[in-house]
Amino acid sequence: MAKLTFKTDKCKGCGLCVDACPKGVLALAEDKINQKGHHPVEAVNEAACIGCAFCATMCPDCIIKVER
Amino acid sequence: MVVFDKPHALTDVPLHYCPGCTHGIVHRLVAEVMDELGIEGRTIGVAPVGCSVMAYDYFNCDMVEAAHGRAPAVATGIKRSDPDNIVFTYQGDGDLASIGMAETVHSAARNENITIIFINNAIYGMTGGQMAPTSLPGQVTQTSPYGRDTAQCGFPIKVCEMLSQLDGPEYLERVAVNNVKNVKNAKKAIKKAFENQVNGKGFSLIEVISSCPTNWGMTPKRALEWIDEKMIPYYPLGVYKDRSAGK
Repeated sequence: MAKLTFKTDKCKGCGLCVDACPKGVLALAEDKINQKGHHPVEAVNEAACIGCAFCATMCPDCIIKVER
Repeated sequence: MVVFDKPHALTDVPLHYCPGCTHGIVHRLVAEVMDELGIEGRTIGVAPVGCSVMAYDYFNCDMVEAAHGRAPAVATGIKRSDPDNIVFTYQGDGDLASIGMAETVHSAARNENITIIFINNAIYGMTGGQMAPTSLPGQVTQTSPYGRDTAQCGFPIKVCEMLSQLDGPEYLERVAVNNVKNVKNAKKAIKKAFENQVNGKGFSLIEVISSCPTNWGMTPKRALEWIDEKMIPYYPLGVYKDRSAGK
């Protein structure tokens, strides 16, 4: 299992990482609002993460750290 | 084991770009290449005018802010005064293909040993979405509300094709950053462009097909699809010139 860390306050909620993930691990947190006023990304199914880092590759704001 | 983290050559300053703008991806790729080649300490970047005008806040290397369109001229001066520096410019289509066309063409013709990262998003982003020299035929912008009329406004400029007719440039490639595969290819191209400079080969320009969700009036996801549907058919990806190929 891979480990994902997010710099949540820098997230702009664009959702590019959500679309890039092949395993459906990520979603925008509709019930949360970050410092910038966006719905930030969160891992809703981290157990399925394979650590491919596609999400981080597509993130324009470099907020995702991927470890495995 | 860390698979992915922010490169050292990027600062911690939050990017001011709109949500889903691919400028951030290209910034990161440039920073990753600086890290991998170990050149951050001797790299000088030249920031343009346009959305990426504040690029000097985001890169950890030394940066200079050039007047609108003059980044290749400023880079030429820096490189010639101290050739040990690695000098790159980061320019948008309004900066490089419009007001800065002369500087671009002449620095290519002289085969200046600099690296140019050219962001082509087919629109003027910072000023609010006006038609750019690279806007597609029929594309709706603030100043072409019925779509770009080529009879009145002419045709888009294909920078890589145009520069490839010159004998000067060492390396010209067009890439895109609309999906993971294209981002990986873009990274390779940018790395090669910097390596060319380190090896003293000369002028390298990487044109990056990029998105502008805000001014295109699309969601970030739809904007990336639009790149595949409209931009890439008009601006085909690939290497347009590589003088060292096969050597």
